Amino acid sequence: MTSMSNRMINILVPVISVILGLLVGAIVMVVSGYDPVKGYIALWNGIFGDSYAIGETIRQITPYILAGLAVAFAFRTGLFNIGVEGQLIVGWFAAVYVGAAFDLPKVIHLPLAILAGAAAGALWAFLPGLLKAKMKIHEVIVTIMMNYVALYVVNALIKTWSGGGDKTERIKETASLRSDFLASITDYSRLHYGIILALLMVVLMWFLLEKTTTGFELKAVGFNENASEYAGMKIGKNIILAMVISGAFAGLAGAMEGLGTFGNMYTRGGFTGIGFDGIAVALLGANTPLGVIFGAVLFGSLKYGALNMPNAAQIPEEIVQIVIALVIFFVACGYAIRLLLSKISKKKEAK
Amino acid sequence: MSFLEILYFMAPVSIAYAAPLIFTALGGVFSERSGVVNIALEGLMVMGAFIGILFNLFFYDTFGSWTPWVALIAAMIVSAVFSLLHAVASITFRADQVVSGVAINMLGLAVALFLTKMIFDKGQTDFIKKAIPNFNIPVLQDIPVIGPMLFKGVYGSSILAIVAAFVAWYVIFKTPFGLRLRSVGEHPMAADTMGIHVNRIRYIAVVISGALAGIGGAIYSQTMTRDFGHATINGQGFMALAAMIFGKWHPIGAMGAAIFFGFAQALAVVGPSIPIIKEIPTGYLHALPYILTILALAGFIGKATGPKASGKPYIKGSR
Amino acid sequence: MEYVIEMLNIRKEFGNFVANDNITLQLRKGEIHALLGENGAGKSTLMNVLFGLYQPEGGEIRVRGKKVAITDPNVANELGIGMVHQHFMLVENFTVTENIILGNEPTKGGSLNISAAAKKVAELSKQYGLNVDPYAKIEDISVGMQQRVEILKTLYRGAEILIFDEPTASLTPQEIMELITIMRKLIKEGKSIILITHKLQEIMDVSDRVTVIRKGKGIGTVITSESSPEELASLMVGRQVIFKTEKGPAHPTDEVLAVKDLVVTDSRNVEKVKGLNLSVRRGEIVGIAGIDGNGQSELIEAITGLRKTKSGSVSINGKDITNKRPRQVTESGVGHIPQDRHKHGLVLDFPIGYNIALQTYYQKPLSKGGIIDYKAIDRFAEQIIEQYDVRTQGAHEPARALSGGNQQKAIIGREVERDPDLLIAALPTRGLDVGAIEFIHRRLIEQRDSGKAVLLISFELDEVMNVSDRIAVIYDGAIIDTVKPLETDEQELGLLMAGHSRKEAAAMQAEEGDDKHVQ
Repeated sequence: MTSMSNRMINILVPVISVILGLLVGAIVMVVSGYDPVKGYIALWNGIFGDSYAIGETIRQITPYILAGLAVAFAFRTGLFNIGVEGQLIVGWFAAVYVGAAFDLPKVIHLPLAILAGAAAGALWAFLPGLLKAKMKIHEVIVTIMMNYVALYVVNALIKTWSGGGDKTERIKETASLRSDFLASITDYSRLHYGIILALLMVVLMWFLLEKTTTGFELKAVGFNENASEYAGMKIGKNIILAMVISGAFAGLAGAMEGLGTFGNMYTRGGFTGIGFDGIAVALLGANTPLGVIFGAVLFGSLKYGALNMPNAAQIPEEIVQIVIALVIFFVACGYAIRLLLSKISKKKEAK
Repeated sequence: MSFLEILYFMAPVSIAYAAPLIFTALGGVFSERSGVVNIALEGLMVMGAFIGILFNLFFYDTFGSWTPWVALIAAMIVSAVFSLLHAVASITFRADQVVSGVAINMLGLAVALFLTKMIFDKGQTDFIKKAIPNFNIPVLQDIPVIGPMLFKGVYGSSILAIVAAFVAWYVIFKTPFGLRLRSVGEHPMAADTMGIHVNRIRYIAVVISGALAGIGGAIYSQTMTRDFGHATINGQGFMALAAMIFGKWHPIGAMGAAIFFGFAQALAVVGPSIPIIKEIPTGYLHALPYILTILALAGFIGKATGPKASGKPYIKGSR
Repeated sequence: MEYVIEMLNIRKEFGNFVANDNITLQLRKGEIHALLGENGAGKSTLMNVLFGLYQPEGGEIRVRGKKVAITDPNVANELGIGMVHQHFMLVENFTVTENIILGNEPTKGGSLNISAAAKKVAELSKQYGLNVDPYAKIEDISVGMQQRVEILKTLYRGAEILIFDEPTASLTPQEIMELITIMRKLIKEGKSIILITHKLQEIMDVSDRVTVIRKGKGIGTVITSESSPEELASLMVGRQVIFKTEKGPAHPTDEVLAVKDLVVTDSRNVEKVKGLNLSVRRGEIVGIAGIDGNGQSELIEAITGLRKTKSGSVSINGKDITNKRPRQVTESGVGHIPQDRHKHGLVLDFPIGYNIALQTYYQKPLSKGGIIDYKAIDRFAEQIIEQYDVRTQGAHEPARALSGGNQQKAIIGREVERDPDLLIAALPTRGLDVGAIEFIHRRLIEQRDSGKAVLLISFELDEVMNVSDRIAVIYDGAIIDTVKPLETDEQELGLLMAGHSRKEAAAMQAEEGDDKHVQ
């Protein structure tokens, strides 16, 4: 361990995981009879090919940052929020509802719609937090169930609202995050102002966790409830607060889709996947605010770029989902990578 | 429609929905009793569902009416092998078992969909020609009340599932292997000092869970959807996980809970044709099993405590 | 002389740390051989090597003169070596029999044959006078009984050589006496015993020879009857040890802690504290003596706000603090060195500096308006680290990386520095080496001398006797008597702790030598 610092290893583990993920993805392509070089070139072009692609990629990164923050924030406070997906869905719906149902000046309407998204996500996370705090029911199982409840309930709400249809009304212009300026410089992509909000939230998470007494308590409770209680902290309050903040980030991710990308919401047959990919983002970013940005950039890009693969290389876009899953898998196996790295560095020392 | 008619209508559907959940929940019992948290059940079920359909489509000409049963075996084997990934990560590489499970879930779905698109060039497979058959059990079906409820239109897979639950009970509580399995989940170091290879037992348990979840998935796809697509399993694995917890990590308890969740799902399916329930939009009925799970966790069982060493990798020499 | 076990020049490393450095231990047939060393000296490591849980980097092991490689516990079992672990290796929700047969199960047609096994267990239990119910569940039986199950586990596998790892650590005085009887019986039946301990009195009482190790190195082997506790202590520590903690007389003044008719239930809603009364004044140390599980933990938790009381009251300086939250209790002038420093005392994943600020992080100057000043925390932590001699690489080192003694010093620094009127010290020296114990005792006495009230809870009789000014004996949730250390002795205290009145105790002590009437 001496020749390679811990910090270095902490950075190398995710990097190696990504490389391994792409490598195994290439092997899968070869085995399936596809050309991985062609595939990855198509992926690359899908991400950076032209200004439109870049705009769309950044647009895709936006909810990934927020979903990543949601998962990372929970992890840092000792909780595993698998419910980001469901919180995102209710956040999306709430934001669209407020965006469509009211007529207000933009300075009020837009913030209100965004807040509605955050509040809905927070509410959806409040229940698992409450059950964990009061009855010690593990949040993993409750948040998983809440995902499905969110999916079906929101589908039912959309049906009810639209009178049996499968999509909501469009939001009013006063609640939109769309930007003519951003669209015009990216060849009329759907890039919107949400990215700025997402970056602000990164700063907020950093500030909350690293600078405030609240953050100190949240982290302490996450590490050791007994010692925190002994030191006078309120355990239940902190667990609920952590879930609520995490859920608010997730709800914001949904608001980005509703107020920025789509401007409405459709009934869904399955999940958006953003919430689960948020787990990958957070893990890759070692649950730090800055790391989440890197993770989101990587996975958001992969996810958007993948859409180019069926057309340009005739490879199913699911290959990228395989790569993302593999990256999570390899990051989870960080212990093995660390072991390998320390062996390599020992060998170097011996020489 | 009278109450009894509703029961005659609901019971077979409930049991049909329960069968895949029973198998998968039993898988969960094996894995978690050995101390390995397994939220990968969903992904393992997805894999089983996909392989079941794939095998059924490709080998119908070879196996004829036996095809769905042989397909179960194929799904069992593939999911068992697939579960080795979870075993390696969480036992040997000491990964966070929940995170590893999430990765397996994503990987299972992604691989299955990737292959589906590769083979069928579209988002879902073709429909199978031969599903798992259901039949009436002679004599028993004539028993008043119970007969039409339990013994008419029974899927063979449902009987298999109930038998499997009792076999699992016997293995876990009455055999040396079961004793060892439970000991490594409760106190791995104690087991180690008694010369038991903790990690070996855990590997076996995880692979058993993969095999059972694979069967569960293949039963679901070969009885319910009869094809495979992205929404085929859609949470069945997680519901099985909930059934396992609800059943307090006991095979028979898990079976009971699985039947309960089967009933909840049946309600969503046949609800629109039942007078009172008809008024509730189906969307909400679909959410019902999940809401019931949360209520069950919150209300009926209170603190659910699993095996003590659950979720912790065993590291020799650490206390 | 015939040796059944020879461990010659054993070396065991963990990374860069050498846990055993050239240690030799030779066990004769039919002897009780003590292995003496401080916590962390390497005793358990050495025994885990013998039992096959660790592989040594150097040296050799001979069993009955033949060189062997003990690659795992199965090999040890086959060689007739059995281990009675300090932390019992028992599955709590299994029965006695299930625990004993685990890994070696008798079967009938593929099924477990529990009844045959239970019969054999009952026979063994009878042969060695262990009195164990084969069908009892581990979680339902006493600690002493659990230990006998551990012994049975080794006997069931035909062990000839038994290793006892700190066997008395969690036993009552009566259970210790029973254990000694059992050990003597084992020797009589032809077994040989290695006894790992750091308690000198036990060694003098039961062992034939003693091998001493210090900081991982073998110091030598002596014949017990030719040695003395003083000699053994200095061999173990490497210097002269003062047995008595020096202190002047107490000058108690105003009452600080007043506990009245307190009733507290545990998490299963069983009453554990039953109408307890207690008073601690400024300038005195009150020691609570008692056997583990008589309500000590619940009492402390109720005083410090970690557990709700059922009835009764607790007050500090005349102010009622019954059922107040922990923070309110802390702020009314209570310092608390918790019983389990890893569970309650520290957030192990936090830097030691954060841990030192764990009670004051929200107050000025460490934070202002909800914003923490981490530089101020560092400064504060470094000051405590220096003042309390906490050996660490700095305030940013994770608490987990510190040794037990240094973790405890940091906790004491944190609690004492807040200048509380009442300092509660629960098992403050558990698992620490002699140096740290001396340090902590001195600090407690310092607090007393500066006019603070100190409440000490301990399971170690000599600690209670040495440090306290008054000893309150707790039994079954109530203080059954209060005695002065100078006016009592360990035997009388032991009897009081077992629930006897002082009168009964005196009568029993008069009836000398008949241990069996105790209970």
